Amino acid sequence: MKYTLIAWMRDKPGVLSRVAGMMRRRNFNIDSLQVGHSETPGISRMTFVVDGNDRMVDQVIKQLRKLVDVTRVENISEQPIVAREMALIRVSTNAENRSEIVQLVNIYRGEIVDVALDSMIVQIVGSEERVASLIDLLDNFGIVEMVRTGPVAMARGQMEHKYRRSTAVWRAQANGRDATAVERFRTGGV
Amino acid sequence: MPKRNGNTASASPETPVRMKGAQMVWEALLREGVRVIFGHPGGAILPTYDALAPYEAAGKIHHVLVRHEQCAAHMADGWARATGEVGVCIATSGPGATNLVTGLATAQMDSVPVVAITGQVPTNLLGTDAFQESDVVGVTAPVCKHNYLVTDVNELPLILKEAFYIAREGRPGAVLIDICKDVQNAEGWFRYDFEIDLPGFEPWPQVDMEAVRKAAELINKAERPLVLSGHGVQLAGVGRELLQMVEKAEIPVVTTLLGTGNIPESHPLSLGMGGMHGEAYANRAVQACDVLIAMGMRFDDRITGRLDSFAKQAKIIHFEVDKAEVGKNVVPDVAVIGDLAETLPALLPLIEERRHQVWLQEIREWKKDTEQADILNYEVDELIPPFVIRQLWHATHNAKNGPPIIVTDVGQHQMWESQYFTHEYLGQLITSGGLGTMGFALPAAIGAQMAHPNRLVWAVVGDGGFQMTLQELAVIKQEGDLPVKIAIINNGFLGMVRQWQQLFYEKRYVGTPVWSPDFVKLAEAYQIPALAVTKPEQVAPALERALNTPGPFLIDFRVKEEVNVYPMVAPGAAVDQLIRRPKPAVMQGYSGVQPSW
Ligand SMILES: Cc1ncc(C[n+]2csc(CCOP(=O)(O)OP(=O)(O)O)c2C)c(N)n1
Ligand SMILES: [Mg+2]
Repeated sequence: MKYTLIAWMRDKPGVLSRVAGMMRRRNFNIDSLQVGHSETPGISRMTFVVDGNDRMVDQVIKQLRKLVDVTRVENISEQPIVAREMALIRVSTNAENRSEIVQLVNIYRGEIVDVALDSMIVQIVGSEERVASLIDLLDNFGIVEMVRTGPVAMARGQMEHKYRRSTAVWRAQANGRDATAVERFRTGGV
Repeated sequence: MPKRNGNTASASPETPVRMKGAQMVWEALLREGVRVIFGHPGGAILPTYDALAPYEAAGKIHHVLVRHEQCAAHMADGWARATGEVGVCIATSGPGATNLVTGLATAQMDSVPVVAITGQVPTNLLGTDAFQESDVVGVTAPVCKHNYLVTDVNELPLILKEAFYIAREGRPGAVLIDICKDVQNAEGWFRYDFEIDLPGFEPWPQVDMEAVRKAAELINKAERPLVLSGHGVQLAGVGRELLQMVEKAEIPVVTTLLGTGNIPESHPLSLGMGGMHGEAYANRAVQACDVLIAMGMRFDDRITGRLDSFAKQAKIIHFEVDKAEVGKNVVPDVAVIGDLAETLPALLPLIEERRHQVWLQEIREWKKDTEQADILNYEVDELIPPFVIRQLWHATHNAKNGPPIIVTDVGQHQMWESQYFTHEYLGQLITSGGLGTMGFALPAAIGAQMAHPNRLVWAVVGDGGFQMTLQELAVIKQEGDLPVKIAIINNGFLGMVRQWQQLFYEKRYVGTPVWSPDFVKLAEAYQIPALAVTKPEQVAPALERALNTPGPFLIDFRVKEEVNVYPMVAPGAAVDQLIRRPKPAVMQGYSGVQPSW
């Protein structure tokens, strides 16, 4: 089964390799891993998709929490979430099929972001299934080059809660106060 | 015992002092109470060594020069295990640092607080494959609790403080600080009154009293309870509480190798060590109990044997400070997460006074059935290792200045020591349990001896393992004749591996016969008095002589070669499916005297 986890971590040099190294060492199977900034300065956010069973995921979470730089881990697999991937696909085109491709991309609410005489670049953002399905279709025309991210994810709901907390940090900073205490509360040791 | 001083931010802010990074290291160590460090210098750590001069001259910090950096880590480890304080080792970049790896992994696996400081090439050369550059943070990350690369002198004081904090607090472990050479030379402001702010580090999880109550309920209802106790009991310093608890409710205790001595092994409730070379009755008890109370242990495969048949009949309660250990190998029915120093005293009043005579009688019956006792008091005509170990116990257990500290290496002798030496005190045995590092004993014994100059410290080591780190004999001399006593159990083989070859590889002894130099002459070359022992009747006088000789002493016990450690649970077998201890041929002259314990 696939699980989606989110981890927050201090943005320290080497933290990505610590996380990846731990996963490799403990023989956990990562399907995908996305890392980027979170709403809090100095805290990065990772979205993992891991393949396994409940016990393994329990271990993944606990071992992640054990890393000193990791401040918080959540398993959002059981929650309603928004998960989005993105792909850039260069597909070969000619005068005959160009408009057909454009139509398909429109149906998928993708975008044509670059056009050349012999090819174009399609951008698609969406759920894993939607991205995969467009890729399948475009493959019929000949995909020459492609880059695809794994999902980034967020739990639905809980808006107020999250908003309020990050605002507290923002406000502290805006007022020139030290936000570490607030931030520590927010990212909660656990 | 570990310091549980937590966050030590002082009330009045400290005035920062301007100094070089190199000096900051020593200032920090002083504040952490470090008196002795173990290390080996080299180019990239030279500024820090240079800055040590005034601290050494003032008698504040003493540097012990090792002959191989692996042993610096083992000595720091031995020091830490013997004191509960953080042990510190120091090495140069590149080869110096990579030599530390085995020692750090050994400490980390056994939850020993060790801080390692290494020099690194200057920041402008990082990543250029400069002379003696290696990615030390990358290399050591998997074997450390945490580690740091320091590229800015202003971060150094906080990092030093964090490193000690992380090494010590919660489940202890190894932390490495890799300091670029230019950072050692750079000047910055030093203060040490930081409040540690590590939101991702939760050393002492909140105790859930509900879990403690549930545990007590299970224990109170149990008819055949059993405690399986590990290193955590020693780390939390709760041997006395454990004894109180098991006496109150009359619960027998099996220990792991590192839990040896958690309760006195002569105590009627002690079943000694369980697992691969545990006694049959200890493992049978594990497989027959109705409630298994695991305390400060992590269900290593050497203790559980085949997992899917481990204590299946029992309800399992797991007392553990490291959340990640709970449910890793064995999923408990009740998990009591938190510091044993909190949870055990909380449990104690909830435990009812009980007697379990039927259960204990059953175990006593199993005990009769085992032959461990037989080996002990019979007349021997060959020099067999169990006899040597038992004699060592006879000669040393009443040592002055407190119980002897026995430091074992890895192999058959290690298992014989744990079987035939009666450990009465927590922390009396120092050994590499988790990583099983050959070569550990001599340097760790040196570390333990430096921590306790007046106590009797014995290194019990195989002929194979001794040759991995014997160069440290020089340290014994250079440190002014440290009174470390060394017993080499010299069986001409990498005995434990030979045993596996005998049992599982049809006696094909590939790579296990081991030639050794004349250890007595070798010791003499190091100006250490030594004796060789070849006959049983020479054992006691030789031990006597070693004990009466001030300073170090080495005994080369040239024991019978092909003796096996029994009982044995074959790897992958259930713990009660063990190969029993056969009546050895040497026992035909057995006089039938019942052993005294
Ligand atoms: C560094 C290291 N290398 C290899 C091993 C595998 N190993 C475990 S026990 C053993 C034999 C040890 O031989 P010796 O030191 O003579 O002790 P004995 O078993 O004979 O008592 C070996 C090679 C190990 N534990 N550590
Ligand atoms: Mg040997």
